[in-house]
Amino acid sequence: MISELFTVTVLIGILSSGVRLATPYLYAAIGETFGQRSGVLNLGVEGQMLLGAFAAFYVAMNTGNLWLGVLAAMFVGALMGLAMAFVTVNLQAQQGISGIGFYLFGLGMSDLLFQKLMGTVHTVEGFPKIAIPILSKIPGLGEILFDQNILVYGAFLLVLLAGFVLNKTNLGLMIRSVGENPDAADSLGVSVARVRYFTIILGGTLSGVAGASLSIALLNVFQQNMTSGLGFIAVALVYFGAWRPLGVLGGALLFSLVNSLQLWIQVLGIPIPSEIAVMMPYVLTILVLVVTVSRVRSPSALTKPFGREE
Amino acid sequence: MRTKLSAIFDALLPVIATLAALIVGAVMLLLLKVNPIEAYAALWDGAFGSANAFAETLVKATPLLLVGLGICISFRGDVINIGGEGQMIIGGIFATWIGLAFTNLPGWLAITLGLFAGFLGGAIWGGIPGYLKAYFNVNEILSTVMMNAIAVQIMNFMLRGPMIDPVQAQKASRIPQTARLIEAYRLARWAPTRLHLGALIAVVLAILVYILLWRTTLGYRIRAVGLNPQASRYAGIKVPRYVVMALLLSGAFSGLAGAVQVYGVNFRMITDGSASGFTGNAGFNGIVAALFGQLHPIWSIPAAILFGALLVGANQMQRVVQVPSALITALNGLVVVFVVSSEFLRRRRQRQRLARANLDDSSPPDNASQPVEASS
Repeated sequence: MISELFTVTVLIGILSSGVRLATPYLYAAIGETFGQRSGVLNLGVEGQMLLGAFAAFYVAMNTGNLWLGVLAAMFVGALMGLAMAFVTVNLQAQQGISGIGFYLFGLGMSDLLFQKLMGTVHTVEGFPKIAIPILSKIPGLGEILFDQNILVYGAFLLVLLAGFVLNKTNLGLMIRSVGENPDAADSLGVSVARVRYFTIILGGTLSGVAGASLSIALLNVFQQNMTSGLGFIAVALVYFGAWRPLGVLGGALLFSLVNSLQLWIQVLGIPIPSEIAVMMPYVLTILVLVVTVSRVRSPSALTKPFGREE
Repeated sequence: MRTKLSAIFDALLPVIATLAALIVGAVMLLLLKVNPIEAYAALWDGAFGSANAFAETLVKATPLLLVGLGICISFRGDVINIGGEGQMIIGGIFATWIGLAFTNLPGWLAITLGLFAGFLGGAIWGGIPGYLKAYFNVNEILSTVMMNAIAVQIMNFMLRGPMIDPVQAQKASRIPQTARLIEAYRLARWAPTRLHLGALIAVVLAILVYILLWRTTLGYRIRAVGLNPQASRYAGIKVPRYVVMALLLSGAFSGLAGAVQVYGVNFRMITDGSASGFTGNAGFNGIVAALFGQLHPIWSIPAAILFGALLVGANQMQRVVQVPSALITALNGLVVVFVVSSEFLRRRRQRQRLARANLDDSSPPDNASQPVEASS
């Protein structure tokens, strides 16, 4: 039965759904990367995603316009980011704990709105697959990479864009300097507060998109607590990827491929208890964290509030 | 006089933060076209309206307090334990196994062993991320979240497989639950309510945790490591060991919370396939309670009762004014945000006090009392 896993069709299926499953992780984790590179740990990603997922679904269901749904998710995520920025930058609150607060808020709020505004589970017609001409005809690879929905393509472009912005632009330099040595950045005239506001709101916006990618592209439903820990994993992937967009991409793909393998194992009825299979990606994440994290240095000012000495 | 007023102000901060959250909640209720006064009246009535209601509040407060005691220990050691859910689950599994595997022990012995097993299970589940943090530099926030997800799957596996209730095993529904504990193995109850001995155990433990943190070397070292790891290292404290201890003890109390749920409330382990199906989110809400109690074990007692009341009252609110109890989860989140934000006010007052003291006092500033910047 194990041999069934290794037929070409199944392998392509595993890889292509693995790529698709990586989408929400990528949006959320790239957003988190910006925040952490500027010295802010946002643990509220899960809450932002849940509210984003709800907003996207609710707007798409009522207007029939998926892009309006994505916009709504971005807006809600940005608002959550704005609140988080105020609390961590202006009020200098403990980041990890306030993140948990925002998580609980998003968890409860999305559930409340779902029960009040929708009541029961509905479905929408999500973003369709778009086959890219010529490229999608490449045997195997075409189906895996070039026959996906638009948000999947967007996520991969985002990784490249994020890498470029962080490493090659002035903005990226400012973000990194604020995360490594805020005092020095401040004395050079960089506004630490403004940079952190930017990265946290950007992170919130992208978490919103991550939620939207779940509710109107991947699963096409909204349910209470539908992210079930996905946002926390996105935070873990940032550590996993050593605060580099390409590293995050690697982590997200590894995680989602193992997840996809796990789904296929269940579909094919291979006699491994499903619970053990579901557990695998988490165990793997811990193992990889053990191997990698001790060798990589985190941004020096991560979780440290910045305030000028008076 | 001034310092006394500040002390009162500091103690009141969480209360003010909660009131602020309730006001935001009132606005949300208005937006949902519900009369907030009516809603909050139902909430109060549900939590304190009768002896039975108050007993339910205490039943809900018990796991919050137990988890919160662990949180007091770990957060004081500057270790952020988000793994309460998973630790409760593993504690619950260990405790249930004891209760089902040995059926002819005297009741008191079985309960003692069962609760201890829960303590141990939680200690293991907290100790692993503690060890990984201390010796492999793995961020405990991430590892405890992962450990939660793993624990849920272990629970589902056990409750659908090896530990499934023999009655359910025969049925097609196969509800993931274990068999019930025999009568003799259940914690004593204050009939006719569901209030059980676990509540008393939790209060006694709160006092013990206070003694642990402020009257023993172990507690002193955990707090020292939390305040300043570098200075602790120079003082000869083996920092990694106390990081492990902080998370291990924290996990143990959550594990005990899981065990108490089994021996005092449900008499079996049951879930809906999610963590909260067993824990009722106590692993997260316990953090809220401990923070609210300013990470002080004794203050965590009223804090746990408050949040227990909110949870119980939320059900009544749902029945009377049809507002989903999820509102309370959202408000809990706001309370956390407001409480940690209000620390800002406290710090500012502290700075002002210091500045004044420096002006009044012409002697050179005392360097020993200045916090040393810890580098990572």
